[in-house]
Amino acid sequence: MNRTMHRIMPALVLGALALGQPLSADPARDAIINQLKAEAGVSSFSAERGKQFFHARHSGGKPQTPSCATCHTSDPRNSGQTRVGKVIEPMAVSRNPSRFTDPKKVAKWFRRNCRSVLGRECSAREKGDFLTYLSNL
Amino acid sequence: MQKLIFPALLSLLAATILQPAPASAAETGKQAFESECSACHLAYDPGFLPQRSWRAILGDLPNHFGEDASLDEATLKQIESYVLANAADANGRNPYWLRRIPADKVPLRITELPWFWNEHGNRLRAWARSKKAVGSISNCEACHRGAGRGRFEDD
Ligand code: HEC
Ligand code: HEC
Ligand code: HEC
Repeated sequence: MNRTMHRIMPALVLGALALGQPLSADPARDAIINQLKAEAGVSSFSAERGKQFFHARHSGGKPQTPSCATCHTSDPRNSGQTRVGKVIEPMAVSRNPSRFTDPKKVAKWFRRNCRSVLGRECSAREKGDFLTYLSNL
Repeated sequence: MQKLIFPALLSLLAATILQPAPASAAETGKQAFESECSACHLAYDPGFLPQRSWRAILGDLPNHFGEDASLDEATLKQIESYVLANAADANGRNPYWLRRIPADKVPLRITELPWFWNEHGNRLRAWARSKKAVGSISNCEACHRGAGRGRFEDD
């Protein structure tokens, strides 16, 4: 190792770390869930309640979409399908590690899909339970 | 050491090269359209509908064919400028198939246009609905594999 190398080595290591970041996506997902805990004023969410919410047939929304399972399928470890036949990648984090790591994307789809399925926005607790279920499946 | 340094150097280089260049307004609108309007179906070519149709569609995204497809204002504006600039009647264009639609009618679907009915009748529509992998006549790509690239004549 020469001296130039010594000097640029820290930069190289930092560069490699910065690039590695999106691969180990957990911190971003944790931050989203922690934010929801603060909003809901709770210290933990329930995967069991999230499971029920995911599979339930809700009322109040649009008739074409009674349930989250309508598009995300009754086993979220599998690929789902939109109403126009486009494939939706699995929702379970174990099958699709990039799930729920972009806060803007998560907020956009909760807004849309909760309005379509329930006819209203989901509460912070419903969102947290849903994410907890799919993160531990 | 060399073994470690080389990939690190490469990744640093890649990070520099892959920095996106600032995009023009037209390019931003195209990108926003292509990513946002392809989430539930393929991004339909703006040239299939006139400007008045796109205004109506983009003006009511929270009630979009039985779903909420709402967007934030800024993204919506970007998409609108791209779509209007590329609509069937943009730049004074007046294709023959558009002349068959009365000026006071605002078609919201490509699949309800007269030319589309000529090519895709009731039997084909029923067949599309019955096939789970197709689902809907609006799923162009299921039958036209080049649809994402604007090609429909290859099958
Ligand atoms: C009409 C079909 C449909 C229904 C019903 C539906 N979704 Fe979705 N959902 C989608 C599509 C399409 C996407 C975006 C594609 C993707 O992320 O792969 C998505 C994405 C999401 C995301 C973002 C995922 C991520 O990676 O960040 C969340 C969160 C979500 N849905 C929650 C729900 C909830 C909660 C329900 C039930 C209340 C629901 N969805 C019902 C179609 C649907
Ligand atoms: C949340 C899902 C979703 C998103 C996002 C979405 N759409 Fe749609 N779109 C649909 C559904 C569902 C239909 C009805 C398809 C059917 O009848 O089979 C549809 C139909 C359409 C049609 C009519 C297709 C036909 O039958 O001729 C157009 C045009 C259209 N969408 C444009 C857009 C544009 C532009 C955007 C982006 C701003 C967009 N869509 C985003 C769900 C979505
Ligand atoms: C269920 C299968 C199916 C679906 C879905 C479908 N098409 Fe077609 N399409 C056909 C068939 C069959 C023809 C007539 C044979 C041909 O000319 O290739 C055709 C013809 C066409 C043509 C005329 C091609 C030519 O060269 O004359 C166009 C353009 C077209 N389709 C566009 C679309 C668009 C846009 C969509 C989605 C909104 C769509 N199609 C959805 C099956 C389908």
